[in-house]
Amino acid sequence: MKKIIALLLAVVMVVGMAAMFTGCKKNEVGKVYYLNFKPEADEAWQALAKEYTELTGVEVKVVTAASGTYSDTLNTEMAKTDAPTLFQCGNAQGLIDWGEYCLDFTGTDVLAEMTTSDFNLKDENGAVKAIGYCYEAFGIIVNKELLKTAGYEVSEIKDFASLKAIAEDIHARAAELGFDAFASSGLDGSSSWRFSGHLANMPLYYEFRDDKVTEQPATIKGTYLDAYKNIWDLYINNSSADKTSLSTATGDMSQAEFGTGKAVFWQQGTWEYANLVGEKYNMKPENLQMLPIYCGVEGEENAALCCGTENCWAVNAKASDADIDATLDFLKWVVTSESGTKMMAEQFGPIPFKAAKEPANVFFADANKLIADGKYTVTWAFNHTPNVDEWRAGVVSALTDYSAGNGDWDAVKTAFVDGWATQYNKQHG
Amino acid sequence: MSKKSNDGSAVNSWLIRRPIKKWFPLFILPTFLCFIIGFIWPFLQGIYLSFCNFMTPTDAKWVGFSNYVKAFQDPSFGRAFWNTAGFAVVSIILINVIAFAIAYALTQKMRGSNLFRTVFFMPNLIGGVVLGYIWSMIFDAILKNYSTYLTANPTYGFWGLVILVAWQQIGYIMIIYIAGLQAVSEDMLEAARIDGANSWQTLFRVTIPNVMPSVTICTFLTLTNSFKMFDQNMALTEGFPIITMADGSQIKTTELLALNIYSTYNINKNWHGVAQAKAVIFFILVATLAIAQLSATRKKEVQQ
Repeated sequence: MKKIIALLLAVVMVVGMAAMFTGCKKNEVGKVYYLNFKPEADEAWQALAKEYTELTGVEVKVVTAASGTYSDTLNTEMAKTDAPTLFQCGNAQGLIDWGEYCLDFTGTDVLAEMTTSDFNLKDENGAVKAIGYCYEAFGIIVNKELLKTAGYEVSEIKDFASLKAIAEDIHARAAELGFDAFASSGLDGSSSWRFSGHLANMPLYYEFRDDKVTEQPATIKGTYLDAYKNIWDLYINNSSADKTSLSTATGDMSQAEFGTGKAVFWQQGTWEYANLVGEKYNMKPENLQMLPIYCGVEGEENAALCCGTENCWAVNAKASDADIDATLDFLKWVVTSESGTKMMAEQFGPIPFKAAKEPANVFFADANKLIADGKYTVTWAFNHTPNVDEWRAGVVSALTDYSAGNGDWDAVKTAFVDGWATQYNKQHG
Repeated sequence: MSKKSNDGSAVNSWLIRRPIKKWFPLFILPTFLCFIIGFIWPFLQGIYLSFCNFMTPTDAKWVGFSNYVKAFQDPSFGRAFWNTAGFAVVSIILINVIAFAIAYALTQKMRGSNLFRTVFFMPNLIGGVVLGYIWSMIFDAILKNYSTYLTANPTYGFWGLVILVAWQQIGYIMIIYIAGLQAVSEDMLEAARIDGANSWQTLFRVTIPNVMPSVTICTFLTLTNSFKMFDQNMALTEGFPIITMADGSQIKTTELLALNIYSTYNINKNWHGVAQAKAVIFFILVATLAIAQLSATRKKEVQQ
């Protein structure tokens, strides 16, 4: 008899606990949970979220995934009861994975605020699954002051040949000048995407342009891999970094080298502007300029910067209605309010929204000037990469071996071309 | 009359046993609940998900055995299995032999043996990821002198991992051996001495047979640890270098099973179920090996 009572008591305890949990869950006021994927913008988002909460009383939680762990974090967080209501879904791969989690933006206030739909991601039915909230450009950032010290002007760099001549001259005089041509091209995970992703965009872009590819191709030919080799060789041969230690050289190292005036050139993007002119390095905006990546392709003197975006907001369609509404309201406030647009301009540069503020970021001025001069924008062809993390890992591994003299360029080609087909099959397999 | 010591016989008293027998379900319940929430339920859900295509566990769609077919067709899985098997054999032998040797040395009468025990045990207190990054720096700093680096070839990565894991686990295994060695009765060792056994004979004929229970538990721990090795593997080499084979398939040459499962999961949505299927296969494999090992070493244990 007592045994039965004990069991009954236990059951009551469990049920009571469960009831408590479900009891807490019900709340009518929506809240926002933003899973941010840009660590460099974390502070700004936190501050903005706090301001919005003070203003409206709506809870806004911003969590930032550590560098390079966004997709893992998104996976984990999405499986939770309190899943993110706002996240990034930036490319074709993202749509495959998260398509059914993406709310259709059609008819929302925030979509009506946009000035262009060029950066938005749509599914095959035309539903707007993610909106590109900013665009970015990358290229070779130049420290004009150092370049002048070495006896050159930015205007002298017009194509690969001129870039090569200047870089090699600076490297040869590095000891005397006190700085080198390129910042280290680290192949550690925090830096390798600059080359397996951004630099690899050059051969991909030109090949796709020639072959008129507009959708993800099942195979690629690697027509312009010689150009890729040209620029990669230039980077690693004209830098103070030891070629055998690139596998462990980090992104922060290269940032510090450029930021503290130890290197003239640094391949990076517009998003680094705030870091460079910020307290840490205090670089002067007038000393900074971003050049197109020249790699020895015919006609490249007419190239502009590489512009595109992977920064697309998606609203979790599986969140509660109240949370979805709260999230859409928050987004609208971010792109229309004074503090929201100010923060966006500071962190992300020009944003495609009506109320956007003019950014101070000189790199965007560079991008716009080149386009205004009638040069062609190098679009982000790498957004088509199949199974992107694995494909890039293969290229990085081969590049590491090649750079250290431990493997040949053919291995890079194989990883690039055959790896593409393999990962395409895997992605669709 | 000698002082009465607490030999535990009171627990056998009817007065104590009866309420325990009646009320034990209540006392077991909290732990049992934790066990269900933390182990049984996720485990069953994991098995279910291995038959599904899913992005998050809440939106699973049943697909039958196709995940298992894909798992077995994946060449990287086989490669990871052989990597793991090789790693397990080497590290089990290395860790147990060295740990036993150190334990044996530290149970002899010597000054400072407590200090040494503490020092040897300490690496075990550092987390695997931290160790992985620290050791990758150490290895790279050393290899730099020879103009090479840790991920230059699979052999470096393999032995790097062996060294790391040995360094980390020897202390822990050593503690278990020390406990076992201290339990070997002095009488038996004295009898062996009187019978004229030399120290090697004493070690192999008396001491080792008597510490077989420790050997059982230590091989079990090192076996399962080697198979489940994940964080150290990820932080040290992340599977690098990657080789693109002639048929285009890409192999991560220093990837062990657990990391393979993890990277399979990260390919995309359609591979989540495959990773889950691999995890189930992995569980069956580790369980089978562990049971086989337990029954094999148990036979060698002597009854005292």
